[in-house]
Amino acid sequence: MSRHIFLGFLLCAGGVLLSGCKTLEVVSQVGATVGQATGAISEQEADSLRRSGKAVAKTFEAITPEQEYYIGRAVGATVVNTYSPYDDEAATRYINLLGQTLAQASDKPETFGGYHFLVLDSDEINAFSAPGGLIFVSRGMLRLCKDEDDLAAVLAHEVGHVQFQHGLRAIKKSRLTSALTILAAESAKSFGGQELAQLTEAFEGSISDITSTMMNSGYARKLERQADEAAVTIMQRVGYDPAALVDVLHEMKKQLKPGGHDFAKTHPDPDDRIKDIREILRTSGPVDRPPQRQKRFEENLGAI
Amino acid sequence: MSYKKYIAMAGLIIAVATVSEARPATMSVQVQKGQLRATPAFLGRIEANLQYGDLVTVLETEKGWVHVETSGGAKGWIHESALTRKKIELKSGQADVETKASSEELALAGKGFNSDVEAEFKTKNADMDFTWIDRMLEFSVSAEEMVAFLREGGVEPAKGGAE
Repeated sequence: MSRHIFLGFLLCAGGVLLSGCKTLEVVSQVGATVGQATGAISEQEADSLRRSGKAVAKTFEAITPEQEYYIGRAVGATVVNTYSPYDDEAATRYINLLGQTLAQASDKPETFGGYHFLVLDSDEINAFSAPGGLIFVSRGMLRLCKDEDDLAAVLAHEVGHVQFQHGLRAIKKSRLTSALTILAAESAKSFGGQELAQLTEAFEGSISDITSTMMNSGYARKLERQADEAAVTIMQRVGYDPAALVDVLHEMKKQLKPGGHDFAKTHPDPDDRIKDIREILRTSGPVDRPPQRQKRFEENLGAI
Repeated sequence: MSYKKYIAMAGLIIAVATVSEARPATMSVQVQKGQLRATPAFLGRIEANLQYGDLVTVLETEKGWVHVETSGGAKGWIHESALTRKKIELKSGQADVETKASSEELALAGKGFNSDVEAEFKTKNADMDFTWIDRMLEFSVSAEEMVAFLREGGVEPAKGGAE
């Protein structure tokens, strides 16, 4: 065996062992080869493009917690600019105490910037969660809750949406693919004005995909069920009564106006949601809702 | 070099590669503020705080919690959602944290949708006010406050928390 051939074999074997990767994305490979052939990018940049091909392929899963944080900030800004914040210190403090405690008991207690809650000055029965953990609840929704366990159900459901990254799933694939392709190319170069403009365009598009899903079309029933299941799990872990989720859904059914501009528009029929979670609720025994809990609920949200 | 030596060398290389696979994994903190807890539970006492990009060595894992050791020798539990196997490279001299891609292990973290993009977004959407978002991010509740909140409300944690 000649030395060269053998070294070649070693490199191949080493490559397979070390990288453990099967296929690099065809798109980025072609892109890198063409770019390199035309002299548009250097050898080093082409390498970087090829290596990052895998990330390009993974779409929303390739969004890092840090990027999710920036997406969440802009989605949140859109929510507070569409509605208005309800500036009440006691209510804000209370929903953050409850909400952040619930989030800690979720399967995703840690996000880049953490979970934070805000009341919206709106009579609508509504709640939104921006990627990364910025969660908004309307005064109308708070009025619908008759105790802390009800409120826990609402907040835990929103934490569920954050946990499963339902917001990010609403981003169109084409949008992410273009953003991630820019990123792949950009990694070996300085941050140019053109790339920044293109990225910002993909960013704006992503924000609009998420907010229009959240505020207009709603998530699929399957995703709502996931969020409801997460809510039940969280409430069981913390010690709230998971049956409160059913109470809230019954109350919603009573109060929602068909065709209204709120939860009715963006969520499946409460009866369907109750049907979906009934099975998992069977394992839950009765949970006490003591008077001191009711007292503080009324003190903090009585005037909402 | 003889043929036998080549074989020996190949064996050695494969052995080294195998051993390096089995070494304790190093992970990076992928959130702004990470906490090392005394127990693998969401209300566990906080032993130390970790920063974005900090490297930790994995000692063991248990139902969503990872027992780690920092380079400074501190040990504790941190939830897996705070960690990534990717190495996060922080740009020095820049207030905002960024990472760069140079291998699959580094991927594309941090680049992309960042503060520069947000600034550009704000320029294009001048009516979009982030004041409340910045205020919201300041609303924080400590672990002690959570424990007190649950106790005062008569809320009894069923199990150990995030699992």
